[in-house]
Amino acid sequence: MPKIKYIEHSGREHEADVPVGWSVMEGAVKNLIPGIDADCGGACACATCQVYVDPAWLSKLPPKSDMEETMLDFAQELRPNSRLSCQIKVTPELAGLIVQMPKSQH
Amino acid sequence: MERIVIIGAGQAGAQAVATLRAEGWDGSLALVGDEPFAPYQRPPLSKAYLSGAMERERLFLKAREFYREARCELLLGHPATAIDRIAKRVHLKDKGELPYDKLLLATGTRVRRCLIPGSELPGIFYLRGIADVDAMRPHFATGARLAVVGGGYIGLEVAAVARKLGLEVTVFEAMDRVMARAVSHPVSDFFARIHQAGGVRLHLKMPVQAFEGKGRLEALRAGGERHEFDLTLIGIGVEPNVELAKDAGLPCDDGIVVDDHCRCAGDLSVFAAGDCTQHTTRDGRSVRLECVQNAIDQAKHAAFAMLGKPISYREVPWFWSDQYDLKLQIAGLAWPGDRLVMRGDPDSRKFAVFHLRNGVIGAVEAVNAAPEYLMGRKLISDGTVVSPERLADTSVPMKNIA
Ligand SMILES: Cc1cc2nc3c(=O)[nH]c(=O)nc-3n(C[C@H](O)[C@H](O)[C@H](O)COP(=O)(O)OP(=O)(O)OC[C@H]3O[C@@H](n4cnc5c(N)ncnc54)[C@H](O)[C@@H]3O)c2cc1C
Ligand code: FES
Repeated sequence: MPKIKYIEHSGREHEADVPVGWSVMEGAVKNLIPGIDADCGGACACATCQVYVDPAWLSKLPPKSDMEETMLDFAQELRPNSRLSCQIKVTPELAGLIVQMPKSQH
Repeated sequence: MERIVIIGAGQAGAQAVATLRAEGWDGSLALVGDEPFAPYQRPPLSKAYLSGAMERERLFLKAREFYREARCELLLGHPATAIDRIAKRVHLKDKGELPYDKLLLATGTRVRRCLIPGSELPGIFYLRGIADVDAMRPHFATGARLAVVGGGYIGLEVAAVARKLGLEVTVFEAMDRVMARAVSHPVSDFFARIHQAGGVRLHLKMPVQAFEGKGRLEALRAGGERHEFDLTLIGIGVEPNVELAKDAGLPCDDGIVVDDHCRCAGDLSVFAAGDCTQHTTRDGRSVRLECVQNAIDQAKHAAFAMLGKPISYREVPWFWSDQYDLKLQIAGLAWPGDRLVMRGDPDSRKFAVFHLRNGVIGAVEAVNAAPEYLMGRKLISDGTVVSPERLADTSVPMKNIA
């Protein structure tokens, strides 16, 4: 299972093995890693699962859908490397991915 | 040690556990559920779980470790049967009694049963929980003939999945439009067209009168005719689980009545959250909402109130529904008499309907239109006055609308 590193806003780091096919959001929620609310459970309907993707990884991710793009456009604390973690599907190529959580999801 | 007991291991129950612990509740905590499962998400049941795109393990809201770490006792498969508010005890089926200092009712809803002749025949299904999908899914074979009774969200989401899986689908709706209780005319009409284009036979104003079959569903009667089917999904709405509260003498109407701190009237120790509650909205209407947002937010508010730091519930409700490649997103609550403003063209499969009331937006229904939905939600929350002409003008970006 690909390992993904999650960094809380405070700097605390977590590593989790996330099954291929799951989302980066699910990897955090199922491993009790705080900082991602995911109110809609991954339906791309709430924008409470924002993460900042490590710049080195940004180009390795599949592009955003229109829906993700616009949902993010209205999110708080947006940065150029912001993504909705429920829309990033874990693949073997993403082993080692590093994401950071914003201060708050609301 | 003080003890909080939560009845109902669903979306609201799980959120309450999380918020209580995150806010520093150090007493003991028990979550009681009648289903054999730890809290799980229901929205995927009529979407990705039914289609097979999501396995069961992914439905659960929290990992099992979460409850261990939260020192939350999970009492699953044991329905609460009575509340003794004087002795402050909850009676459980086959599990004795549970004392509480504070009690949260998060019992959700159950499906409304269809009581016409033949409705007990095998081959007729409902959809509320994991067990319902697991029972129905094996019958979703390519070419099978599915009748969906009720053109609401759940019926239509199931119809969309069934078409994708190659079933023949017919929807019977008693009203003159689909999702009539939930969306405006233009949105109903749009989704009716989408389903028809997707190969669904849609019968409006056609209540089903009876089911027929020898030992198993074979046909149904509607519109004076006999229609043959292999299986039926009934989605005609839900009823709130209020009996526990009502029997304990707590005020109930179309739900357990709560104030804007999610407290039940007349008992400082009892709170309620989620689909089972009825509350007065920020615009003064008494409603019972059935959505994830309300379950999460009311559970948070109940937790805060239980910890003695109440905040008033003022959140704008929001909801979504996925059908085919379309995402419907709704924020706010529509009122009869709202002025409707259409933004965009439904034929482009991307549009929004705004509900205006006294110059401000009361609700927005957006199809594949996230900016309209998100900006609409913000404008509703802020009570910003908007011009209907600008709203209707797609050359004005949503960010600059107000
Ligand atoms: C198929 C389906 C699709 C949906 N899709 C969407 C969607 O797309 N978007 C959206 O926002 N919402 C959707 N919803 C609604 C959403 O799932 C609910 O609003 C939400 O689950 C409500 O949470 P709750 O905690 O109030 O109730 P629930 O999640 O229903 O939990 C209540 C729990 O309490 C249990 N219980 C009841 N009585 C007792 C008792 N006496 N003792 C012990 N346990 C008891 C129930 O069995 C249940 O497990 C959908 C619902 C369904 C069924
Ligand atoms: S979990 Fe709601 S948008 Fe990602």
